Amino acid sequence: MIERSKILLLSALLVCAGLSHVAGGISPYYFDILIGIGINIILAVSLNLVNGYTGQFSLGHAGFMAVGAYASSWLTLKYGSSIGSGTLSTTTVFVLALLGGGLGAALSGLLVGVPSLRLKGDYLAIVTLGFNEIIKGVIQNAEPLGAQRGLGGMELHTNFFWTFAFAAITIYVVLNLVGSTYGRGFLAVRDDEIAAEAMGINTTKYKVLAFVLAAFFAGIAGGLYAHFKQFIHPEGFNFLRSVDIVVMVILGGMGNTAGVVVAATLLTILPELLRKVAHYEWLPDWLQQVAENRMILYSLLLIILMLTRPQGLFGNFTGKRNQRLQ
Amino acid sequence: MSAPLLQLDNVTVQFGGLKAVGDLSFTIGEGELIGLIGPNGAGKTTVFNLITGVYEPTAGQISFAGKSVVGHRPYKITARGIARTFQNIRLFPSLSVFDNVRTACNMHLRHGISHALARGPKFAAEEREIDAKVMELLEIFGLTAERDAACKSLPYGDQRRLEIVRALATRPKLLLLDEPAAGMNPTEKAELMKLIRFTQEKFGCAVLLVEHDMKVVMGICQRINVLDYGRKIAEGTPAEIRANPKVIAAYLGKEEE
Repeated sequence: MIERSKILLLSALLVCAGLSHVAGGISPYYFDILIGIGINIILAVSLNLVNGYTGQFSLGHAGFMAVGAYASSWLTLKYGSSIGSGTLSTTTVFVLALLGGGLGAALSGLLVGVPSLRLKGDYLAIVTLGFNEIIKGVIQNAEPLGAQRGLGGMELHTNFFWTFAFAAITIYVVLNLVGSTYGRGFLAVRDDEIAAEAMGINTTKYKVLAFVLAAFFAGIAGGLYAHFKQFIHPEGFNFLRSVDIVVMVILGGMGNTAGVVVAATLLTILPELLRKVAHYEWLPDWLQQVAENRMILYSLLLIILMLTRPQGLFGNFTGKRNQRLQ
Repeated sequence: MSAPLLQLDNVTVQFGGLKAVGDLSFTIGEGELIGLIGPNGAGKTTVFNLITGVYEPTAGQISFAGKSVVGHRPYKITARGIARTFQNIRLFPSLSVFDNVRTACNMHLRHGISHALARGPKFAAEEREIDAKVMELLEIFGLTAERDAACKSLPYGDQRRLEIVRALATRPKLLLLDEPAAGMNPTEKAELMKLIRFTQEKFGCAVLLVEHDMKVVMGICQRINVLDYGRKIAEGTPAEIRANPKVIAAYLGKEEE
């Protein structure tokens, strides 16, 4: 039984490798959306560990993404050329830089998490939001990182394979962890901190752990993003970006990884879909007009969804879903 | 008898101007079943919160198995061997019956997060071990059929029972039960008494019982401590307590002379 999750991961990676060849052939527009989906899945699934499974409210995920994006870009810019060319070595540098970015983000997660995770609910949300703004502010004033001009010049390294391989790894890690006896601690912290402590669970440790892990993956996502767009700007990691990710988690259903994956996918596609609809000639004019204002429509859809399904599209944890995930 | 399992020495806790518990001393020996009673607001639950580290005493000393527990976080005290249930049931509502108990096995895990992530054979073996242990506990307490049920869907009495099972999964040397009979009917209470005695014998743990129901307390406790306004007013066997005029006065009020 245990092996099943590993087999699933391996086959997911193989599928990614296989599809990677096909994906290279599609139009850049669709490819852009596709990569966006993968990156958003990594972000949303990792944030779900904090906001969904552990029941904390972090509103600064884009901040960790920024740390990862800038750290990995800095690494590839600095070491990319000096190690030599050839696909193998550049790829190695890229993956190492991604991991470096992830570790950097994890470290900042630790720095933010240790003092702030004593806070709960709204207070934690405000602190993490503040962190997001601080990171942005620091980057905006850091000359070596391009400051307000943004940072560019990274080579295109992010492809279908790496994006979705890391998405698969993120899902694998989160599901494995939460499904294990060890990981039940996250859910216990969410359900009742006092009872969790009374059952011998170090609630602080669990909260920090969730925070650090989530930050790590957000950093990876940032690195992937940076080496896809080849240009990053502090405003790309602002509060609104964090909110986007939170919306994906809430829409998917807090603590429901499958739901969050679907929500991340839908919410990445939806704005683009509406953009297309606006240009369908055969649609009545008024409908085109409505679709034209896609961001308003998008927000309306979210409001309607939250009113009708506050538990998210796919529901929160139920007793059944909560059993062993093996 | 050797040194007591739990020893409270002149424990005082002050919340602002209110002395919730004052100069409280009592001991519990290995495997004893001790009652703690008192009128509403006497400070019984506060005593539990002091022992389990939720509150820190303003003065005095609490030691468990010869070592002080004052100033330790609750999870560390649980790790030392004190487990509790709560007055208002605090199960993990989103977890199944099985997972509620499994969560309490958490602190005995020999393998950490890296093993949970890597899912090696050792990890698998340990998960199976925990599975078996949880099922064994559920079996003993007759909850096997409900293993996959949401714990909220259990009848009230079963929820109380599950809380005890969960506490036992931490392998305590001392079990603190906070009003386990609250809201139970006489049949359920009779069953509960059997259950507590059974637990004490089968798991060899000492039990400190806070309870309002005199029938339950008098029926199973070896010794009883009586609190009133945070102070101990009496200690003794059930028969002694029943006859103690101070206790009667605390519960029923004194007649004007």
